Order: sequence, then C-alpha cells, then structure tokens
Amino acid sequence: MNESATKDDVVLIAKRWKNKRGSLIMALHGLQNRFGYVPRDAAMELAEQMDVPLARIYEVITFYNYFKLKSPGKHVVSVCMGTACYLKGAPKLLKHASESLNISPGETSADGEFHLQMVRCVGCCGLAPVVTENETLLAKVTVDSLEAHLCKCKNKEKEKA
Amino acid sequence: MGRLTLQDLDARQGVQIQTFDKPWIKVGMSTCGLAAGADAVFNALVETIQSHSLDWRVTRTGCAGMCSMEPLVEFRVPGESPVMYGEMTPELARELVTQYADKHSLPDDHRVPGLAELAQAAGDPPRTGPRQYRIVMRNCGVIDPENIDEYIDRGGYQALKKVLSSMTPEQVIEELKTSGLRGRGGAGFPVWSKWKMTRASIGDEHFIICNGDEGDPGAYMDRSVLEGDPHAVVEGMIIGGYVIGAQTGFFYIRAEYPLAIERIEKAIKQARAAGLLGSNILGANFSFNIEVRLGAGAFVCGEETALIASVEGKRGTPSPRPPYPSVRGLWKQPTMINNVETLANITQVLLHGGRWFAGIGSGKSTGTKVFAVTGKVKYSGLVEIPMGMTLREVVEEICGGTASGGPIKAVQTGGPSGGLIPADKLDTPITYEHLQQLGSIMGSGGMIVMDETDSVVELSRFYLGFCVDESCGKCAPCRIGGTQILRLLNNIADGKGKEEDLVTIRRMAHAMQKASLCGLGQTAPNPILSALRYYEHEFRERLVPAHK
Repeated sequence: MNESATKDDVVLIAKRWKNKRGSLIMALHGLQNRFGYVPRDAAMELAEQMDVPLARIYEVITFYNYFKLKSPGKHVVSVCMGTACYLKGAPKLLKHASESLNISPGETSADGEFHLQMVRCVGCCGLAPVVTENETLLAKVTVDSLEAHLCKCKNKEKEKA
Repeated sequence: MGRLTLQDLDARQGVQIQTFDKPWIKVGMSTCGLAAGADAVFNALVETIQSHSLDWRVTRTGCAGMCSMEPLVEFRVPGESPVMYGEMTPELARELVTQYADKHSLPDDHRVPGLAELAQAAGDPPRTGPRQYRIVMRNCGVIDPENIDEYIDRGGYQALKKVLSSMTPEQVIEELKTSGLRGRGGAGFPVWSKWKMTRASIGDEHFIICNGDEGDPGAYMDRSVLEGDPHAVVEGMIIGGYVIGAQTGFFYIRAEYPLAIERIEKAIKQARAAGLLGSNILGANFSFNIEVRLGAGAFVCGEETALIASVEGKRGTPSPRPPYPSVRGLWKQPTMINNVETLANITQVLLHGGRWFAGIGSGKSTGTKVFAVTGKVKYSGLVEIPMGMTLREVVEEICGGTASGGPIKAVQTGGPSGGLIPADKLDTPITYEHLQQLGSIMGSGGMIVMDETDSVVELSRFYLGFCVDESCGKCAPCRIGGTQILRLLNNIADGKGKEEDLVTIRRMAHAMQKASLCGLGQTAPNPILSALRYYEHEFRERLVPAHK
C-alpha cells in the first residue's frame, strides 16, 4: 500500500463526514470499504482528521462485528448462520469450508487468499442455505456446489501465479 | 426531473401503465432474485429483444415474494392478464421472447401463479379468491424501485400531498388512531400514540428514525420492502416528520443489506430532485431532509435506545427507559422510531382512510402483516396476510406445508425473542394477543417451519448462542445469565445434563426476563422457555439417567 495514497483516501473520507453529526461509524465504513479492513495507521489518521480520540474509534470498531482489524484476505467466504440456513444444513457447510480451506471460522489463510467467517443472516432465507464469496451470493448451497466454487477460486489464484 | 407541484403529481399518476401498448417484461431483481441469477436472465431478455428489433419494454422490479422460485419474470401484454414465470434461465428467457415475437403465444413451462392470483392489493376493488392482502407489498414486484415515475404513477406521494394540502398533524394522528395500526417491529405499540407523544414533547428539534436494522436471523421482510418499494418508506417518513415537527429523518439500515441501502439512497436523491425533500415541500411551509446511517453488525441495535446510540456514531449499548426516546432520544431530543413495515403502511392508511384499514384484520390486530416463511417449508418466501388468518392457513395452504411432505413439527415466530408453536396449535389466529398467549410473539415477521427431523434442543441452543454472542455486556443478568443458561443447555445437549439443570435453567431464565436492562436480555430466554413448555420430553431424553 502506498503511504501517501492511503493518507489521501483517509483525508477524503474524513472530509466527507467530519461536519455531519454522529458520522463516525459512516467514516469507518468508508475506511473498511476502501481497505477491506480498518488499518491501524488509517484509524490514526482518521482520529486526527476528524478530531476524535483514537480510543473512541477503537471503542466503536471493537464493539461492532462488521469492522475488521486485520486484512481479511482476497476471498472472504461467509457462511450464513441465520435460522433458515442453520436448519437447512449451514453447520455442515461451515465445517466443510473449514476443512477444505484448512482454516477455522474467523481466520485468514497463511497465504492471505481466503478468509472464512459466519454471518448473521444476509436476508436470503428463501434460498437457504446461503454462502457468499466476496460479492457473489451462492443460493441453495450443497457441500458439492460449495466445494466447486471454492475450487474455482483456488484455481483462479493458481492461474494468476 | 424538476421540482414537482401538486398539479404535477396528479398529472403523472396512472400514465405509464395505461399508455404502454407493447409487451412489457418485468424481472424480479432484489437480493434473492440476483442471487438466483436474475442478472443473466435480464441481459438475455434485453439482447434477444434488441436482436429481434422489438420495441418492448424490459424493466427491473422488486421481490414478488416467491423467493424459492426466483428468478421470477412477469410477461405483460396489453389487454391480457400478466403471466408469471419462475426459476427462469437465460435460455428460457430467450425462448419466451422468440416464441411471442414469432407466434404470439407464450410457453407453458415454468409458469407460476401471478401476483393477481396470489393477492388482493390495497386500493383494488375487493374480490374473493386470493388469500394474501398486499398493503405493504403492494408495489413489490410491480414497479421499478429505482424509478420514481413508476411510484408516482401508482399513486405515490399522493398521501403526502393530501397531508400537506388538507390535513393538520392532529388529523393525521386521529386517522392513525381510527386505523388501529400498531408497530410492526414486534412489540405492537399503537402508532398514533407514539406519534402523538413525540409531537407533544418539547425539544430544540425533533427527529424521526426508520429502524431498518432487521436483526432476526431468518427474517427479511424489511429488506424486501426497502429494495422493492423504497419511496413508500421515504414517503411514510416525510409524513411522520411533518406530524411530529421534525426537520431531519434518519434511515438506520444494516450494513449486510447493500442493495437496500443503495435503493434507499437513490430514492432519497430522486425525492430531493423532485422537491419532495428539502425546503418548502410541494409548496407547503414544511422542510424536511433524510440521511442514511448504517449498522455494523450488532443485533442489540434493533433495541431503540441502542439504535439511537449507534446513529450518534457510538457503541450500540442500550440505556434504561424511561426516559423514552419520544421524550429524550437522539442527541437528547424527542425522537420517534418506526419500523420499515410500519412506515410503509402510513400512506395507505391516509389514502384509503383509517376505517378501511381497521376493517382488515381481527380485533385489536388491524391491517396486514408480512411474514418471511422459511425453514423446512415447501414454498418459502414472503407472504402478506390479513391478521387473524390462522398459522395453518399460512404454512400449509399458502406455503404448501413441509418440503418433504411429512408433518410439521412446530412453527417458530419472533426469532431469538420469540417462541415455538407446536403443530397442534396451528389453528390459532395470527394476532398479537393470540401469539402471546401461546408463549411466542408476533415479532418482526420471521416464521420458521420445523419438520420432524429438527431438534428443539438444538434450535434452543442456536437461539441462545445467538443472544449470548450478541449481548452487549452492559448489564449482568443478560451477560452472565445467558452464558450460564447456555452452559447448562450445552451439557444437556451433549448428554451430560441432570434433572436439576432444568429447574436452574427455568429459574435463571425468569431472572433474566425480569432484571435485564433491555429487550434483548428480557426476551433472550423466550425460545428456551417455550421449548421447555411444549417439548420438555426432548430435553429429558438427553439427561443422564438418575441412579436408582
């Protein structure tokens, strides 16, 4: 990551939200959208730009599940654990993804390619069980269809390498 | 579009649908539709129509409710009833266009019931047949949610016009009182009363917040309404702002719903450009603006005091009530919080009258309720029914019973704050009061169907685990109580529980209900208590056998 580019991005985000009441969470969404997580140096820059104590920022980031403190990896695989998905076999899918990617839920693979996590309902209960991989939403997922998609991701990375 | 006047609104109503004389294809493109591949279907339709040089219309629309049949495509030909297709593929879409262009006939495969067969819609002449009644979802699956003209064409912003040109805030409140409309977020508090109290409170400014933090995992009515008919919620909020004397409104929406956020932001922008937001709305002495704030994955933020903290940009921890938000809320000012579905009802109540609304439903539960019927059900999706319909009619007759064809074991309503309703109680009418008597709640509209293969013990563990994860940790009854009950429940589930554990669970559950600070802790024990009420034998089967 280019340092000055980082700073410019944070300045832009801070500028957009600084004078709006109660906008710290929105600014943090801005950071996470830009970087995929909230990097420490970006949080420090935001504190300075928005004139908010750094402790306040971390107080908020650590309260909300959505914000990440570490880079999540290229492919974020989220297994929905809403009630409908749970009843329709989501625990099995999570176990499979965990074995296939060799990481536990909440972890990022050593090569930084995959991050596995549970999410609390993406609101697609009619198509349960549901898994998302970055912006792609997989519906009515089976262990086989999940494995096929993970393979596709793995192969894509191999091709690039 | 420039700023609209009162006359412009009337001139734009009922135009497009009447004058379009060519085939019109609508593709359901909400989150469910897109997940099922609606994008490819849409593109195939557009390409085929272009390659045949046809001047037909293809538009995006919201969720028609039949989520398990997505992608859904509706084919409209002037003068004929629209035909709905389910589980569409790009191949079928191409075939559809080609066949109609060549032979003026439509394929029979993949046909599913159309909207008109499924539901009576608000404002239409009453008819017998359809079991659903769409007030909240009247535009979902009908209009292009990203096009304000289609909303106005269907009578959109007429309620706002009526209010601003001919009603005082008191008259609006009176109409809401006549309607009997109650909050759709779960608790069922009378809407008129909340509006009246907030209006009466004194402060430097007043605020209105739309609670779009749909936290119940397994429910997605609000997402579908925000995605399928965003202007209806915006219009409801503007009217609310006028009545309570607010100049600023906030949408608080879960970050997990990117499409809903995008559509609401677009709707706000369009409304602003049309002069429906901003200063002197429709020429009246009333100015109002709306901002969007996102959640960040915290279930507790559905609780109103926690939600307020989150809108202020802080950790979403609740605070004791009173003072209620209507007296002292956002930035310590009088604040009214309404759920998405509640706001979507407002325009219809005002257009058709409180008495009309009160005539739908049953007893003190007037109007309709949208449910997300999911789990082991044959046709999962959204249904909007007049209250008073029985659970059996919804899950068996509308949604086709279980997918396996076997018996239903139970229906769960109210999510992590609700409870189980066993199969032998399915003839209960759906009203706030009846569900409460059974130990469950109306909730926000999640309805999970369980079949014989599902374990009540596991589901209880799932819900309690959810609440333990989501407890904010501020008060001890919720933080410690939840963890301790879960520990005992895990023991029981793993075959290590003892008889006295059941007693302890009940005792702690009651303490949590009484002593927790906010709704999360107070209701977290509901699922396990209702499970023990009806299915104690399933827990007992897993206990360590007592020594003789």
